[in-house]
Amino acid sequence: MVAVSEVTFQVKEGEVFGFLGPNGAGKTTTVRMLCCLISKTSGRARIADYEVGNEGDSQRIRKMIGLVPDNVGLYEGMSAYDNLDFYGKLYDRSESQRKESNEYFLKLLGLWDKRDSAAGALSKGMKQKLAVARALIHDPQVLFLDEPTANLDPESAKTVRDFILELKKEKKTIFLNTHNLDEAQRICDRIAILNTKLMAIGTAEELERTVKGRQTVIRLAQANAAVAKALERLSLSNLNYEGTRAAFDVVDPERENPPVVREIVEAGGEILTVTVQGSTLEEAYLKLVRKQE
Amino acid sequence: MNLRHSWIIATKDLNAIRHRKTIIYTIVITPLALSLLFSYIVQYAVSSAAPGTSLSDYAFLLYAFEFWFAIIAAIIPSPIASYSIVGEKVEKSLEPLLATPVTDGEILLGKSLAAFIPTILASYAGAAIYMASVDRTLYSVVGYLYYPNSEMIVILLLLAPITCLLSIELNVIISSRVTDVRSASQLGGVVFAPFMGLYIAGEIDVITLDTNSLLVISAILAAFAICLFFVSTRTFKREQILTKWK
Repeated sequence: MVAVSEVTFQVKEGEVFGFLGPNGAGKTTTVRMLCCLISKTSGRARIADYEVGNEGDSQRIRKMIGLVPDNVGLYEGMSAYDNLDFYGKLYDRSESQRKESNEYFLKLLGLWDKRDSAAGALSKGMKQKLAVARALIHDPQVLFLDEPTANLDPESAKTVRDFILELKKEKKTIFLNTHNLDEAQRICDRIAILNTKLMAIGTAEELERTVKGRQTVIRLAQANAAVAKALERLSLSNLNYEGTRAAFDVVDPERENPPVVREIVEAGGEILTVTVQGSTLEEAYLKLVRKQE
Repeated sequence: MNLRHSWIIATKDLNAIRHRKTIIYTIVITPLALSLLFSYIVQYAVSSAAPGTSLSDYAFLLYAFEFWFAIIAAIIPSPIASYSIVGEKVEKSLEPLLATPVTDGEILLGKSLAAFIPTILASYAGAAIYMASVDRTLYSVVGYLYYPNSEMIVILLLLAPITCLLSIELNVIISSRVTDVRSASQLGGVVFAPFMGLYIAGEIDVITLDTNSLLVISAILAAFAICLFFVSTRTFKREQILTKWK
């Protein structure tokens, strides 16, 4: 069984890169391969200057990455503080470095008061935050987050998302696996859609543009014959002008709408609203995934 | 190999074990109960013996009891190794651990140390109680301290560590195939069956568990331990753990 194939992409330093795909698309497998947890059967992958799959480089890669797996995987019987401290020791951090970073992250994530509580006694959101802190304890250059907000209540999910945005400001390179489209759109600089194969890659806007069926709808204060003539002159695709509503198909609304608006205004029309309807990231995602299936 | 990493993992597991009552009971009660029971039997045998009974009349009893300290060393690692390996698998804490720069060998050594140290300490403590008690009983019969003797030295310094290692290695292999700690512990418990077979063979005079026999048994078991070491290290590879372990 092929878990993932024909995947080629590059993530820039300091970028938040989203990996979108349905369950079983190969997102976790890709992350595991990049984290040197499982080996690839073919192909090539590099993190910084290190080759994934090379024995010596794998150790160096593991030193410079942090991983938050889909299951938080905390030591439930150990306190929140000890969970972080254990990992700090494994990354060869000195006692003073560990003390400093444990305190910093626990305070930053609002877990300081719970530092002595067993990880098993924490709420799901707190556990997830602790898992993120654990992945950052050695100040990694690259952070892999596998479904970090899955199964969280909206408030906890927001806390984790806000924290990711904070990390983005710190210019950490973040690789985010998610099937939450809204999350990907809000957090990621670029998104790749994966369904065993890489279907598309780009910014959210670029992906939205790949789907036909977007429509600009302009509402006018009153019907105007001059506006109707002006719109006809523009040869807009699928133009539908009725009463005070004009609608037409667009591919790139940011480029195509301004001249239309200008023509309407010059023809004496008074515009109340301009909205773009139709294609969203969700539609782009569904179209690409269904096409593959 | 960074031994410090292994020690960090071992101390983490040893701390976790301290809070597991069932494991603590196994570590403390098994050697303590057996050493007290054996001491009592020797005491009873001596006190109820006919006048003129010599040390050689007790030899079969003493050989058999001594061998039990090798069997104990095979019993105790089972719940510890099951908990420290399958427990992590159940808690899903192996993946983040495997994503650290710690090597598979370092993790395996850490897990093995966490099972080896308490086992050997418990076996030695039990043996110390047994030897002190039997010395006290036999002194009136033989006029000297019977223990430590060559059989007990071979058992404690050679056979017990080897049986302990064999048990740990088998538990690592078993842990890769089971999904819960209880199953691992139960299956791991079967590990001591071959040692029971040796014990029974000694009891029915098929073999004599004297120093020479113990050295031969140790050599055979050491060869098994070396073979199992390669199997268990092949089993305990991060790729195997993440993809093949159920």
